[in-house]
Amino acid sequence: MSSFLLRQGLVVGVSTFIGDVLVQDGQISEVAAHVEAPSGVKVIDATGCWVGPGFVDLHTHLREPGREAAETIESGARAAAMGGYTAIVAMPNTEPALDNVSLVSYVLDRGARTPIDVAVAGAITVGRHGELLAPLAEMAALGVRLFTDDGMGVQDSLLMRRALTYARPLGVRLAQHCEDDRLAAGGSMNEGVVSARLGLVGRPALAEELMVLRDIELVRLTGGAVHFLHLSTARSLALVIAARNEGLPVSGEVAPHHFTLDETACEDFDAVFKVHPPLRPVADVTALRSAMVAGLVDAVATDHAPHAPELKDLPFDEAPAGMLGLEHAAALTYEALGGQTSDPSQFFSLMSRGPARIAQLRAQDRPLRHGSHGGDLVAGDDANLVIFDPTIDWTVQREALQSRAMNTPYEGRTLHGRVRTTIAKGELVVHEGQLS
Amino acid sequence: MTSSNEPLARNAGGGFVEKSRLLGADDIQRALRRMAHEIVERNTDLSRLSIIGLQKGGEPFAVTLAANLREISGAQIPLGLLDVTFYRDDLASNPVPTTSATQIDHDLTDRTIVVVDDVLYTGRTIRAALNALSDWGRPRSVQLAVMVDRGHRELPIRPDYVGKNLPTAQSEAIVATIEGVWIGSLGEQHA
Amino acid sequence: MLDTIRGSNLLTLADLSRDALVEVLDTAESFVEVNQRAIKKVPTLKGRVVASLFYEESTRTRLSFETAAKRLSADVLSLAVASSSVKKGESLRDTIATIDALGIDGVIMRHQSSGAAQQVSRYVPHVRVINAGDGLHQHPTQGLLDAFSVRQVLAQRRGTTGLESGSELFQGLRVLLVGDIRHSRVARSDIAAFCALGAEVRVAAPGTLLPDEIAQWPVTVSQNFDEALEWADVVGLLRLQRERGTGSFVPSLSEFTATYGLTVERARRLRPSTLIMHPGPMNRGVEIDSRVADLPAAIITRQVTNGVPIRMAVLYLTIAGSSVEVGQ
Repeated sequence: MSSFLLRQGLVVGVSTFIGDVLVQDGQISEVAAHVEAPSGVKVIDATGCWVGPGFVDLHTHLREPGREAAETIESGARAAAMGGYTAIVAMPNTEPALDNVSLVSYVLDRGARTPIDVAVAGAITVGRHGELLAPLAEMAALGVRLFTDDGMGVQDSLLMRRALTYARPLGVRLAQHCEDDRLAAGGSMNEGVVSARLGLVGRPALAEELMVLRDIELVRLTGGAVHFLHLSTARSLALVIAARNEGLPVSGEVAPHHFTLDETACEDFDAVFKVHPPLRPVADVTALRSAMVAGLVDAVATDHAPHAPELKDLPFDEAPAGMLGLEHAAALTYEALGGQTSDPSQFFSLMSRGPARIAQLRAQDRPLRHGSHGGDLVAGDDANLVIFDPTIDWTVQREALQSRAMNTPYEGRTLHGRVRTTIAKGELVVHEGQLS
Repeated sequence: MTSSNEPLARNAGGGFVEKSRLLGADDIQRALRRMAHEIVERNTDLSRLSIIGLQKGGEPFAVTLAANLREISGAQIPLGLLDVTFYRDDLASNPVPTTSATQIDHDLTDRTIVVVDDVLYTGRTIRAALNALSDWGRPRSVQLAVMVDRGHRELPIRPDYVGKNLPTAQSEAIVATIEGVWIGSLGEQHA
Repeated sequence: MLDTIRGSNLLTLADLSRDALVEVLDTAESFVEVNQRAIKKVPTLKGRVVASLFYEESTRTRLSFETAAKRLSADVLSLAVASSSVKKGESLRDTIATIDALGIDGVIMRHQSSGAAQQVSRYVPHVRVINAGDGLHQHPTQGLLDAFSVRQVLAQRRGTTGLESGSELFQGLRVLLVGDIRHSRVARSDIAAFCALGAEVRVAAPGTLLPDEIAQWPVTVSQNFDEALEWADVVGLLRLQRERGTGSFVPSLSEFTATYGLTVERARRLRPSTLIMHPGPMNRGVEIDSRVADLPAAIITRQVTNGVPIRMAVLYLTIAGSSVEVGQ
C-alpha cells in the first residue's frame, strides 16, 4: 500500500493544530507538528488546508440496481470521492428495493470494488410498501446498521411501532423520511403563498412535523432508535433537538439544499428544484443554519438523488423529486457555518464524525465490512482522510460533475472551499481536485 | 407631435432633433385650400368622393381637407380614418407599432377615394393602405393627397395632390403637423 | 414587472404592469373593428407559423386562438396532443423540439401541469410562447378578455369607448370572484389583471376552495356571500370541476349550489348594473342557475366573442415584431 505525508495542514483531530499526518499501509501512523518523511513517501503539501477525517454521507441514492442511467454504484462512489467522502450509505429505494440479504450483498459487493466504503441502508418494509417488516435481523447480520423506507416514511403507526420494537435489540437504527403521505398528497413544493400563487399543490410543513412528533413518541414508547432524515423545518429540528436533550435515542440530519435554498427557487417551474421534503421558506433555511452554527445538528447528509435529464424535463408536478448533493455538500456546509469564520471542528463534526457515529462506522463500532471513519486523526486509525481547501473558489458546472446525472440546483453558482485530496482505504483517490 | 419618417416604428421613441421650420401653420392652411380646389377640379361627381386619412399623421390633414371640400362644394363628403399597421410589410424587422383606430362607417365600393397622409417617402405606407382599402370594398378609383413629398420612393407610387415638394437627404427627417413642417434628424439613427 | 408584452412570451398576468395590460386591451380594440368587417382578415402575420399545442382538450379556447391566428394570416400548426400519441410522461423538451424543427414563430400551449408553458419557453428561447392555460396556475388570455369585456360594457354605458377610458373605469371597481378559487387558473389571472388595473377584488368560496395563504393575496375574503353580492359591480363565477365537487372539498354539488351557487334568489340581491361573468363551460344548475346565465346582466357570450380580438392582440404584440432593438 502507498504512503503519504500530509504536510503542514490544519489538523482537525482531538485538538486543532498545524502539523503533519503520516499515512502508511492503510493506516495513520503518526500525527505531529513535524514528522520526518520516510524515504519513498509521497509528500502532499496541505498548507492553508484543513486535514480531517474523510466525510461520511448518511444519505446517498445510487440508483443501482434499476436506474443505472441516472447513477451507478461506481459513478456515485466517484462523485462521493470528489466531494471528499470516504464512506457513503446507499439508500434502499432502488428497483427492486434493498429489502433482503441478496440485494444488500449485491450492493455491498459492488461497493467494495469502488475506492471508498459503500455501506447499505436496508428497507424497513418489504418492497418499501409500508406493509410487512423486511428481514431486518438477516440484513443486520451482514453489517447493515440503518434501515429506512426513504422516499417515503412508514405511514402506519402500528407498523412503525413494531419495527422499532423489533429493531431495538438488533442494535440498529431506523431512519425515517418524515412526511405524512395524506397531508402531502399530490404536492410538489412547499405549501404556502408561493405554491398558491404558482398553482402547484403544496406539501405542508405539518406533514413533516407530525411524523417527527409521532416518531419521537414511538421512540419514547419503544426505546428503539430513530434517525430523522433531511429535517427541513425549524419546528422539526427543534422537536428532534428537544427529544435528544431529553436523552431519547434520536438523531437528525439536515441536507445542504434545505439550508441553502428556499421555496422561491421553484418560481421558474424548474423541476431541478423539486425535492421531498420540499425547499421551505427563508425562515426555515435560516433556522437550520443557526442550529448548525450552534452545534445542535448531528449531521449534514446530502440526499444525493440523481435523475436522468429527461425526467427533470417533465412538468414540475410530474417530475421526480430529488437533486444532486455529493460534490458540493462540503462547500455549502463551510458556507453555512460562516465561511472564513467557520469552526473546522464543527465542520468535521457535521460532515464526518456525526454521520460516522450514526452509521456506526467509527473504529469503536467495529464495522463489519468497512474501514473505520470519522476518527480523531490518531495513529492506528484507518486512513480515510480528506484535505479541504477553504480558499478555493469554484463554479458548479453540471457537465463537469462526476455523477452520471446533471440535476444540480447549483449550476453556475460560485462556491467557496473545495476538496483537494481524498485518501480512502489508504489510497490517494482524489488529488488536486482530480480523481486519480 | 406627429412625426412621419418611415418606417413608422422608427419614430415611436421620438428622438427627432429639429433643424429648421420650413412651413408655418398659415402655409399649411393655404396648401390645404389649394389642394381642395384641385380635388374639386379633377372630380366632377363629388357625391361619390370619400376622404380617408391615414392614422395617425394623416388625420388632421384629412379633417381639414374634408371641411374645405364641403365648404367649397356644399357636398357631404364622408371622412374615414384608416390604420394600416396590420398591413405593413416591415413588421417582422421592427418593434411592434402601436395601433390606432380605424373608423370607416360607409361602404367604399364604387367610390372615389382620396387617401390623405402627412409625408410621402418610400411609398410603403400607401402600398399598405391600398391593400387595406381592398379589404373594405372595391373603390372606383383611389387618389393620393400628401402634405409633403420628400422623395426617395421605393415603390411605383406618385401623389395626385401635394402640399409641398421637399427634396431631402435620407439621413434627414421630416415632421409635418397641422402647425407646420420641420426638417431635422433622428437622434438615434445609424447607431 | 413588464411594461409591455411586445416581443415577449405571455406566460402569466402576475408580472404585467397596468400599462402592459392596457396596451393589450387597447390593441384588442383595433381588432374588434377588424372582426366587424366583411373581410375579417388582415395580413399582419403572413408567413409566420404558429403552433397550437393542446395537451388538455378545450374546444373553445383552441378555436378562439386558432381563429385569431388565422385572421392575422398566420399559418397554424394544430397539434391535438390530448388525443395524439404524446401522453403524460413525455418530456416537454422532446415534444417542443420536434415542433420547433418545423420552423415556428410562436406556440400556443395548454397543459394540465402548472408551469408547463414556462418550462417550454426555456427550451425554445427564440419562439414566443403563449400560455393558453397551465394547470392551476394561469390562463392569461381569459383574464385579459374578462377585463376587456368589463371595460367595453362600462365604457358603452358611459357613452365613451374602451380606448378612451384606458384603465380609468377599473379604479375602485368592485369585482367578486365566486367558487373554486383554489383550483382555478382563471381566478389567478383575473385577480392579477383586475388588481393591477386598479379594481378591488373580493373572493367568496367555502374554506376548502380558497387557496392557501389567501390572507397574503391582494384580495379580501368575503365573510357573507349575500352581502358580497350586494357589494359587487362585477361577479365572476368559476367553473366547479365536477370531480372536485364531491368528496373532500365540498360535501356535495347540491350543498355547494345551496351555499355558493348564483341562484335566482341570490341574483335578486345584485344591483341592476352588476355584471355577471363566467369563463365557460358552465355547469348550469351548479355554480349558476340557467335563468341567471341568460339574464342581460350576464356577459358570458360577450366574453366568448371578445376572445378572438384579445387573442389577436396577444399574438400581434408578442409575435409580429422582431426582438431586434431600434438602431441595431
